[in-house]
Amino acid sequence: MSTVTVTVDVTPAAKIRPWDGLQQTCTLAWRNLVQIKHNPMELMDLSVQPIMFVLLFTYVFGGQMAGSPDAYLQYALPGIIVQNALFATMNTAMGLNIDLTKGVLDRLRSLPIARSAPLMGRVVADLGKQLWSLLLMLGLGMLMGFDVDGGVPGVLGAAGLLLAFAVAMSWMTLLIGMLVSEPEKVMTFGFVLVMPLTFTSSAFVRADTMPGWLRAWADVNPVTRLADAVRGLMTGSGAVAGPVMWSLLWAAGIAVVFVPLVMRAYRARS
Amino acid sequence: MSYAIQAEGLVKSFKETTALAGVDLAARSGTVLGVLGPNGAGKTTAVRVLATLLRPDAGRALVGGHDVVREAGAVRALVGLTGQYAAVDEMLTGHENLLLIARLLGLPRREARARATRLLEEFRLADAGGRAAKTYSGGMRRRLDLAASLVGRPRVLFLDEPTTGLDPHSRNELWDIVRGLVGDGTTVLLTTQYLEEADQLADDIAVIDRGRVIAEGTPDGLKEQVGGQVLQVRPMAAQQLEKVHAMVSAVAGPATKTESGLVTAPVNDPELMPAVVRRLDEAGVRVSELTLRRSSLDEVFLSLTGHRAVEETTTDEDKTEALV
Ligand SMILES: Nc1ncnc2c1ncn2[C@@H]1O[C@H](COP(=O)(O)OP(=O)(O)OP(=O)(O)O)[C@@H](O)[C@H]1O
Ligand SMILES: [Mg+2]
Repeated sequence: MSTVTVTVDVTPAAKIRPWDGLQQTCTLAWRNLVQIKHNPMELMDLSVQPIMFVLLFTYVFGGQMAGSPDAYLQYALPGIIVQNALFATMNTAMGLNIDLTKGVLDRLRSLPIARSAPLMGRVVADLGKQLWSLLLMLGLGMLMGFDVDGGVPGVLGAAGLLLAFAVAMSWMTLLIGMLVSEPEKVMTFGFVLVMPLTFTSSAFVRADTMPGWLRAWADVNPVTRLADAVRGLMTGSGAVAGPVMWSLLWAAGIAVVFVPLVMRAYRARS
Repeated sequence: MSYAIQAEGLVKSFKETTALAGVDLAARSGTVLGVLGPNGAGKTTAVRVLATLLRPDAGRALVGGHDVVREAGAVRALVGLTGQYAAVDEMLTGHENLLLIARLLGLPRREARARATRLLEEFRLADAGGRAAKTYSGGMRRRLDLAASLVGRPRVLFLDEPTTGLDPHSRNELWDIVRGLVGDGTTVLLTTQYLEEADQLADDIAVIDRGRVIAEGTPDGLKEQVGGQVLQVRPMAAQQLEKVHAMVSAVAGPATKTESGLVTAPVNDPELMPAVVRRLDEAGVRVSELTLRRSSLDEVFLSLTGHRAVEETTTDEDKTEALV
């Protein structure tokens, strides 16, 4: 490098201000939501599965589980909502992985934008989708006879808690999305993670019918705490404070562990 | 003279693979640097390092005077990147793809829309602008991808094999676009496996193979450096092919002949041409073709690396080898 270098006469802002980062996150969230406009099937995906789960669980299992579908719905709807929210976090990882394998992430990373904006944009957009599924399931449940005795504050609290937990959880799946080589594998990994997690919890049945060893796990399973908290808040019955606190602690714990891991994996790609 | 890109001793390894084994590159401002190399040579890796997507293990690089590692943000603000595979969001329309980039670059809404529309027009995508990119043909995707990398009006543009997979018409079109950009003062680093492409577009060429620069210079300089010229003689009468082959070999050294009746010999000394003409004349051989041309970059590559740049289907030259 013996020759003199003349700097090109652009003096770009090398540092991205937080406000700009926020706007970039919003722009990227817009990008992930506007797709629905061109691909209405995606809205179907977000709707069909939740509706199916609510109907199947209630009418198929209801009678045997609780004596009547109606009685089971009171117990299971919050659990079904929780399960659906956790499954939906896999979409976040899928989308990230598609961006990664298609080179879109490279294009974004070559722009002078906040490093975390592509990740945050996705998480924020998927919050919107989560909210849609939640409202759909709750609405359908209420039509089927679910009593929201927790009232508006209960429902809002439950929604907030659920979304907070889903955001934390999506960092766990984002790590999967960052590490696997193709989108299909995200689903496989995610399924293996979420399916056992929700079934070994109190989401669908009370943990006290399980064998001792399983029950011991179910009692500490974060999904149990979350399902109990959402159920308590929505139906206005049962203990609420404990499960809510534990859910928040779990969410915080997951975030504290996985956000840095994801960011490290993200940087390691360079 | 000012350099828009300067790289020195770039090294990058992936586990056991050494993708870059000490690469030096320099592109003068407002010119096209062609980085030429076969599959796996390290072209994409070099581009990714220069575009701040990869951190080099060793060496350093300046783009627009900014260090790609320490001042990555500043570099990003002045470069555009069109990767080897079209990186467009398939779910968005062409217009939205460009709008997204424009908004991310901080353009106000109206201006962003206007710029997206203008670029779509320039790249003959105006009609398709409202359609999802997943419905685009390969060539349209490429054009959209290139348009996306131009939204920020980059001073330095990286094009990684921009014409691979394009038909001749689209390829020419893209070449024209690149010439236009350079005319406006943009510096372009373009990687390619096509010798012809480098010859057509590049002011300077760096030939890389297995992570090393094995030759560099202007297209003309390179050709001179490796072997100068090629003498071709085609006798009028096919039965004189043997005779002409023997004569040319005697004067210019080992020549080759093709089934199509062409005798070819690499030559370094321009004086050989008249000598060959005299011999042909004395022997009363009439020729239908007699040319002295510069070696093609393909021949340059062959003599530099000892292997061909791209695996080709049987060409005239291959047949020659079979014949000799
Ligand atoms: N992310 C990666 N992980 C592991 N190896 C890699 C990675 N990227 C590149 N390589 C290896 O580094 C070498 C150079 O790859 P690179 O993509 O830079 O070549 P290229 O010149 O762009 O080739 P092509 O013409 O096929 O695009 C290859 O051997 C490749 O397998
Ligand atoms: Mg490549």
